[in-house]
Amino acid sequence: MFRRLTLSAAIAFGMTTGAAYAAAETYIEDFEFSFEGPFGSYDTNQLQRGLQIYTEVCSACHGLKFVAFRNLSDEGGPSLPEDQMRAYAEFYEIFDEALFDGEGDFRPAAPADYFPESNLSNAPDLSLMAKARAGFSGPYGTGINQFFKGMGGPEYIASLMTGYAEEPQCALDMETPMDGFYNMAFSAGGYPDECKYEDGSHKYPGSWIAMAPPLYDDAIEFNDGHPADAESMAQDVAAFLMWTAEPKMNARKQAGLTGVIFLTVLSVLLYLTNKRLWAPHKNASKRKD
Amino acid sequence: MGGIPHDHYVPKSRAEKWLDSRLPIVGLLYGTLMIPTPKNLNWMWIWGIVLTFTLAMQIATGVVLVMHYTPQVDMAFASVEHIMRNVNGGYMIRYFHMNGASLFFVAVYAHMFRGLYYGSYKAPREVTWIIGMLIFLMMMGTGFLGYVLPWGQMSFHGTAVITGLFGAIPFIGESIQTWLLGAGAVGQPALNRFFSLHYLLPFVIAGLVIVHIWAFHTTGNNNPTGVEVRRGSKEEAEKDTLPFWPYFVIKDLFALAVILTVFVAVVGFMPNFLGHPDNYIEANPLATPPHIVPEWYFLPFYAILRAFDNTVWVVIFAEWISFGIIDAKFFGVLAMFGSIAVMAVVPWLDTSSVRSGRYRPMFKWWFGILCVDFIVLMWAGAMPAEGIYPTIALIGASYWFAYFLVILPLLGVIEKPMTPPATIEDDFNAHYGPQAASETSAATPAE
Repeated sequence: MFRRLTLSAAIAFGMTTGAAYAAAETYIEDFEFSFEGPFGSYDTNQLQRGLQIYTEVCSACHGLKFVAFRNLSDEGGPSLPEDQMRAYAEFYEIFDEALFDGEGDFRPAAPADYFPESNLSNAPDLSLMAKARAGFSGPYGTGINQFFKGMGGPEYIASLMTGYAEEPQCALDMETPMDGFYNMAFSAGGYPDECKYEDGSHKYPGSWIAMAPPLYDDAIEFNDGHPADAESMAQDVAAFLMWTAEPKMNARKQAGLTGVIFLTVLSVLLYLTNKRLWAPHKNASKRKD
Repeated sequence: MGGIPHDHYVPKSRAEKWLDSRLPIVGLLYGTLMIPTPKNLNWMWIWGIVLTFTLAMQIATGVVLVMHYTPQVDMAFASVEHIMRNVNGGYMIRYFHMNGASLFFVAVYAHMFRGLYYGSYKAPREVTWIIGMLIFLMMMGTGFLGYVLPWGQMSFHGTAVITGLFGAIPFIGESIQTWLLGAGAVGQPALNRFFSLHYLLPFVIAGLVIVHIWAFHTTGNNNPTGVEVRRGSKEEAEKDTLPFWPYFVIKDLFALAVILTVFVAVVGFMPNFLGHPDNYIEANPLATPPHIVPEWYFLPFYAILRAFDNTVWVVIFAEWISFGIIDAKFFGVLAMFGSIAVMAVVPWLDTSSVRSGRYRPMFKWWFGILCVDFIVLMWAGAMPAEGIYPTIALIGASYWFAYFLVILPLLGVIEKPMTPPATIEDDFNAHYGPQAASETSAATPAE
């Protein structure tokens, strides 16, 4: 179903030839998303499921500070009806400095308010995560995976959600166990020397992440009865976070398509104009090349 | 415009005469637009229009972006997100501007390598070339300054690295770096002045572009044969040339439309492909990204900068002979600026009597390698400075300097060039066949 591939070419290279460098080696799966490619667009139902997962799981620790509640009703987004969006916003408490004669007080969030920031220093804001983690320009820095397979931040997020695995034996053998959880998609965490080759390259992809595995099968019950296995939830929340990072993507692709069609027509017209204009100066019948 | 004989604007009505005796602006525009242009120009002569358009586009989109951007360290990143999310059409304006920088450099590199192949830098066009190099330097400065403004992780740490280059200058480097940043480190003063200069430099570029055009309108365009337009009489010149309007305007507009089709596809479908994802993380002075990579258009020069570490014998020698004043870091900076400087002085390094690479059998090969070298350097600059990559960068950098400092001067002596056609007309007719005499007069546009 999914094309499995190893993103960082470094790892394939490192395992076969033992190259003398250790890049960030991770394992990212190439999921299929509805918004890939020039004509892809967001799946409203998937975004709504993703919003639910964010609300019930991620928002416990993470923030979404660049997204306003009103955006949840935007076209091309989760498209919540206005009353649902207002009701959703009111679940959140916002500190309003203008209240209580300037001393400030809490009040339920209004549509114009933004999702709260995270208070935890090690729980990064998720608004732009899907764009900030799009960094696999592989193989060998050529960007081919990104160009042809649509690999990007959503793949990373979904892979991170499903990338928790048994710790490799080399880590289990250590006297003091590693902090956190072994995750095959995470590159920025700790990695024990015991699990490296002599040249410093990693034997196993990924590293140890502080976040506990957030998604379990059937942890959430969807209103639309969609299956809630961990893998499909991982994709739903990844799609939702792609929307929070790039809320205008549908409109952008449409504008791009309009522009391409318009300019193609213009190019053809200008080509014909140019050909006709030059024709008297180019004796086509005697043309040699 | 001097040089090639051609018709000049003659005011006819009283109103035209009135204006012309006070401000001959119509004549200036007429002369600029109707300039006799070699009729054998090929499709590599379209990049000037693309560049002019891109400059205008960048200024237009930039002016709108400034209306919504806040140059303050705590608000800059959020204000860019505000543009992306809340400003009407803001996501398109910003993506046009952001990818416009890439279009600018694609076009300028094509334009420069065109000049390098067809010998456009050679006498009498040295001044055009030098001004072009100044524009290129200004563009690099503007591109760098603009990349700082979104205040992402790459903006911040890239600024630290690039201003650090000036810090590598012996004795006075640290003072220069502090002066550039307005502080000991990258922060609010740097953001404010970079914003100011990012707005200023494009207008300096626009001024230089006018001088650039003025210069080559004085000498006339080069062309694929490198043979000059005959200037003995107007009749002779007209056999070699066609007026810029409408022939080249329409041709260039067609090329521009094709290039913009690709550009709009990039903006619409993959606007972040050429950018670095880390710049969507807000600047954090305490967390340095593992690999600081400049934008793609700086990579060849960045590779040259990093190629010369302290294991290279020239670096060791330079350090020894200068009593340690020129260390590896400063050597790298010198190499990077030197790699642009050798391009600027290429009019005096190329000793060949033939202008166009088309008639230089050996030059062709060395030039081809230079193009490949440029791509390889770009790639090496993107890879981490470890393993095999510094070696690749060093070989690439060495070839870059060897091409300009050794190969070009030597080729002029040892190469036996072919004979270019006697006139541009001959070259044109060899491709398209001679035209009937009646057509010549009929096709001359209304004047």
